[in-house]
Amino acid sequence: MPAEHRHGAETALNTRPAPGRDPALFRPLRCLWGTRLRHPFTLRVPTGKLAPRTHPVRSEQPIRFPHVIDFHQVHKAYHVNGQAIAALQPCDLHIARGEVFGIIGHSGAGKSTLLRLINRLEAASGGRIVVDGEDVTALDADGLRSFRRRVGMIFQHFNLLASKTVADNVALPLKLAGELDASQIDQRVAALLARVGLTDQARKYPAQLSGGQKQRVGIARALATEPKILLCDEATSALDPQTTASVLALLAQLNRELDLTVVLITHEMDVIRRVCDRVAVMDAGVIVEQGAVADVFLHPQHITTRRFVQEAEQVDEDAQRDDFAHVPGRILRLTFRGASTYAPLLGSVARETGADFSILAGRIDHIKDSPYGQLTLALTGGNTDAAIARFASADVHLEVMR
Amino acid sequence: MGALFPNVDWPEIGLASLDTLSMLGGSLLFTVILGLPLGVLLFLASPRQLLEQRALYGTLSLVVNILRSVPFVILLILMIPVTVLITGTSLGVAGAIPPLVVGATPFFARLVETALREVDRGIIEAIQAMGASTRQIVFHALLPEALPGILAAITVTAITLVSYTAMSGLIGGGGLGDLAVRYGYQRYQPDVMLITVALLLVLVQVLQTAGDWLVLRFSRK
Repeated sequence: MPAEHRHGAETALNTRPAPGRDPALFRPLRCLWGTRLRHPFTLRVPTGKLAPRTHPVRSEQPIRFPHVIDFHQVHKAYHVNGQAIAALQPCDLHIARGEVFGIIGHSGAGKSTLLRLINRLEAASGGRIVVDGEDVTALDADGLRSFRRRVGMIFQHFNLLASKTVADNVALPLKLAGELDASQIDQRVAALLARVGLTDQARKYPAQLSGGQKQRVGIARALATEPKILLCDEATSALDPQTTASVLALLAQLNRELDLTVVLITHEMDVIRRVCDRVAVMDAGVIVEQGAVADVFLHPQHITTRRFVQEAEQVDEDAQRDDFAHVPGRILRLTFRGASTYAPLLGSVARETGADFSILAGRIDHIKDSPYGQLTLALTGGNTDAAIARFASADVHLEVMR
Repeated sequence: MGALFPNVDWPEIGLASLDTLSMLGGSLLFTVILGLPLGVLLFLASPRQLLEQRALYGTLSLVVNILRSVPFVILLILMIPVTVLITGTSLGVAGAIPPLVVGATPFFARLVETALREVDRGIIEAIQAMGASTRQIVFHALLPEALPGILAAITVTAITLVSYTAMSGLIGGGGLGDLAVRYGYQRYQPDVMLITVALLLVLVQVLQTAGDWLVLRFSRK
């Protein structure tokens, strides 16, 4: 499936209006997004005019940007002993407000660099990065500090201050900002700890907490200044599976309840599948594939993506192909999504066409909140062509493999 | 007592102990006041750190190394004119403190730099991501996180200063070390030597124990 086709599907996931958003304002955007243009908004109106370098436009008619993070031909090279080593090839990236955007790649693929470019923990070598209406690459030192308060970040190794209690760790960004007095900070900290379920642990030190609790402190700390964007740097990679699930559930909840845009990097496809709306796959400093998670996950195009999916599904495609060689008849792969996952399609097609089927491989699970199923079938006997035609016309994705 | 230590003049031992303690206290105070900022500056200016300043770091590092490579006995003598300039005398406790501070500050600054290097880079990155200024990073993250290491550095420096004070007897600095040299060595009174050494040993022991306790008290890892 070409990438342009994906855009329609991916935006459909992201058009839910957030509380407080003017739905009338949102409708034309939705139309725009529904087209097959890749980045319709930026194509029609040059963003440069809408977003001057220092101050976002605050006119009487508020302008909503469809994208809260925009990369325009951004690249990054490191200089080691006078030699430039490219960490990130020129790339465009557009992350919509309120979505959970995943970046997956092996270590050294450049995903960590990409993430750090967003809050300029690393400076881009070229290109333009616009985040929440501000050109990040053009900010001066003061501008950068106040900008960073609007972007939260959590880390693989939590990076909590060992010398401070849980409550003091969460209060730190507020103390640094210096905008609230002590009692306001206490109130905010109490509310944040309640949100992440750590009210009882406020007076403990990080060393006394479990990994999952530490990451919750990290999340509470990242949200202290009420940012609209949360950057997650391998936030669950140091956690066991059960804790990973609970931290991911918390991130998904925050995304829903606070309309928080979440950008996460990971090397685990499972993390992407559970929480992300869209995903970019990176390999050797290049974004090799991006789109809605369901599309990328169920129909991976690039070899790197396929490997990640196979890792997640524990499928060995070569071994599977050898196995299928011994099976007679036609081989089909059906992909069900959403409500069609539960429709009794196989039985009715078999009855109508007299074709027999055997299931060679299958998986049924959820991508974020929507169910999917992917079945590989062998069809024998009866009217197999009619059966294939029947599948093709049904509400499933059909791939004839043999 | 008198039979065991025939030459020991207890009031003089007491005075010498007080001198040693005041030399130690005074010089440690100024060493920390001067060495802590110097150590922070060394750390910040060093390669790949927050304020990377190769020229500044190179210069500071050179000065620190030169001061550290001068044997303390020689530093004591070299410092005499400067000491007179600062305190008006080169004798007694007041005359001993400036050379002690100059001798110990570079040493302490290096220990502080090392302690700051031990702070996880991830923590610095996290506080940067919160929008902290360099000053805020130093006071809200680096120093609190490195506090146990800095306390250990103060302990080591204090103990080094105890042995330095003994040498200051050479230029008329007074104190227990001075007593040990003048009575124990030059007048052949081993009992005086024994008592002063025992007292210095107790002092070092107390300093180390107190330092260890403080380090433990402020360690949260």
